[in-house]
Amino acid sequence: MSILAGASTRVVVQGLTGREGTFHAQSMIAYGTAVRAGVTPGKGGTRHLGLPVFDTVAGAVRSEGVDASVIFVPALAAADAIMEAAEAGIGLIVCITEGIPALDMVRVKAFLRETPARLIGPNTPGIISPGQTKLGIMPGPIHKPGPVGVVSRSGTLTYEAVNQLTLLGLGQSSALGIGGDPIVGLSFVDVLTMFEKDPGTDAVVLIGEIGGSAEEEAAALIRGGFGKPVVGYIAGLTAPPGRRMGHAGAIMSAAHGSASRKIELLEGAGVRIVRNPAAIGQAVASVLSGRT
Amino acid sequence: MRIHEYQAKRLLKGFGVPVPRGEVASTAAEARAIAEDLAGPVILKAQIHAGGRGKAGGILKASTPAEAAAMAARLLGQPLVTAQTGPEGRVVRRLLVEEALTAVRELYVGVVLSREDERVVLLSSARGGVDIETLALMEPDLVLRQAISPAAGFRPFQARKAAFGLGLSGPAFDQAVRLFPDLIRAFETTDASLIEINPLVLGAAGTLVAADAKMDFDDNGLPRHADVRALFDPDEELPEELEAAKAGLSFVRLDGDVGCMVNGAGLAMATMDLIALAGGRPANFLDVGGGVSEEAVSKAFAILTSDPGVRAALVNIFGGIVRCDLVAQGIVRAAREHGVGIPVVTRMEGTNVELGRKILAESGLPLTTEPDMETAAREAVRLAREHGGGR
Repeated sequence: MSILAGASTRVVVQGLTGREGTFHAQSMIAYGTAVRAGVTPGKGGTRHLGLPVFDTVAGAVRSEGVDASVIFVPALAAADAIMEAAEAGIGLIVCITEGIPALDMVRVKAFLRETPARLIGPNTPGIISPGQTKLGIMPGPIHKPGPVGVVSRSGTLTYEAVNQLTLLGLGQSSALGIGGDPIVGLSFVDVLTMFEKDPGTDAVVLIGEIGGSAEEEAAALIRGGFGKPVVGYIAGLTAPPGRRMGHAGAIMSAAHGSASRKIELLEGAGVRIVRNPAAIGQAVASVLSGRT
Repeated sequence: MRIHEYQAKRLLKGFGVPVPRGEVASTAAEARAIAEDLAGPVILKAQIHAGGRGKAGGILKASTPAEAAAMAARLLGQPLVTAQTGPEGRVVRRLLVEEALTAVRELYVGVVLSREDERVVLLSSARGGVDIETLALMEPDLVLRQAISPAAGFRPFQARKAAFGLGLSGPAFDQAVRLFPDLIRAFETTDASLIEINPLVLGAAGTLVAADAKMDFDDNGLPRHADVRALFDPDEELPEELEAAKAGLSFVRLDGDVGCMVNGAGLAMATMDLIALAGGRPANFLDVGGGVSEEAVSKAFAILTSDPGVRAALVNIFGGIVRCDLVAQGIVRAAREHGVGIPVVTRMEGTNVELGRKILAESGLPLTTEPDMETAAREAVRLAREHGGGR
């Protein structure tokens, strides 16, 4: 089982004809994702990678019945692309693009509240439901189907955790990044709630980092009662305040968003925190086998 | 991106925000001339990208132009050490010379992008002149927060609420309700991430003036604001951080002795934490990113190993889109071009890892390869110690 995206998810790629869009669409198709169309304004009516290209998302929805979109549109045009997808009735929008201005995301979030669309990202590796579908840029072969849900604010650190799980024989129900930006679509709380309801998920790995309060909110949710074991890792214990650590969202102030505070709250909520990022897989194996 | 106070005041003045009369000086003679023009007592303010200037002696009052010139001569060209600069301080290259204000009251006004609200928020407090983050934590009732609706925009009632909250009346009240929308317009027009007027001074004449101004900008917004980009001051950045930024790398200098080079921001932070867990101290954050070239890796490696305080380096790559062979080639190229005076431990996993390891093994360079990142971190820390680390 999985959350958000599965074998029947029909995908349109916004920015399909660009370099990034082309490269990753090929990789998604190779993984088995049902990519059905592309959107590039002005190239409607042409074909690319054997797929029909449309001028608008609405055109792709009408003609191909797509219900999810993966966005590879340049940063200054990406907010518009997200809103176009939501307006066209796309239910799941995965925005890979990094570098979208935060004020654009303020407008996007206000726009999305008026639609049923769910947004993953931006600045995310996307989502994969191993063995079923991949809507993103993560390396497919390190994943395998199984009972562990993985949710993260990072890219390669997520691959690292997934790789550890797979090497221990622990597959994943779904693995996704919520995005490294200050303002993103789905939150840890949203995704944890979905994993809790998913019958195919037995345990969840939550990978957080400094900055913002997504981990604090997750801790509050878990403290209130969460039906599945959660293993957590928070990156950035050694990060200095006031400096942006790569991700636009990975910045803490003197008063807010430190890794130690997040760890304290998650641990207090019953999350099995690992301090060594190389030990994430082992910790999951131990909570799943009942040894805690 | 941060800018100087004098730049923030110029920019805000263009949006109608009242600022003190004054000019920026880079020599003592200029400071004297500005003071003569202002014809009265002046304040000299050191222009560096760090707070805590007042306590550090970077803000001085001069009653005559001669005094202003003498003070400017003492401040200019010298490092100013404040609570925020670190022990080496920042060299003062410019002074803002302004008319000295008499404050009846000191207020606080700020505009921030709130992650929690996912909105722009206007902050106001009658308790100006103090650190607002501390005040908001200790006495949240003293700070009024008003989120701005992305659909309806900043509303007049919000301006009135803030102005009443500041205890203003008469002309100052009218001035404030015009000032708030001007600040928000400045924020939204320039893709700012922070505007702080602290203090906003209520003067003896009953009018408001922005005695200090701080502005930060969203780096992601900079591509669409050439005018804001032009305010960038390279003198305020570390040379190696500038060089890294030019190569598209994300680099932050820290004060440890184990350097690291990683792909991905989360994994880079995790690698720093692993170094600390192994008993060492990370010398930097360095994310080579997702679509990195051999050249960028080579550059990254050169920057990493050029710091004299770095005693050992740890390369941690999880190949996805980034191929391990390409990273290995970059390392070999940098090592051949610039030499490597320190031990280097590499750990690679993922795409083309076998090829990457082979390139490193056959390079003849003094590189240690470890199979997992925990062992690699321990080994890097051990080697740093062996090579005289522990600064």
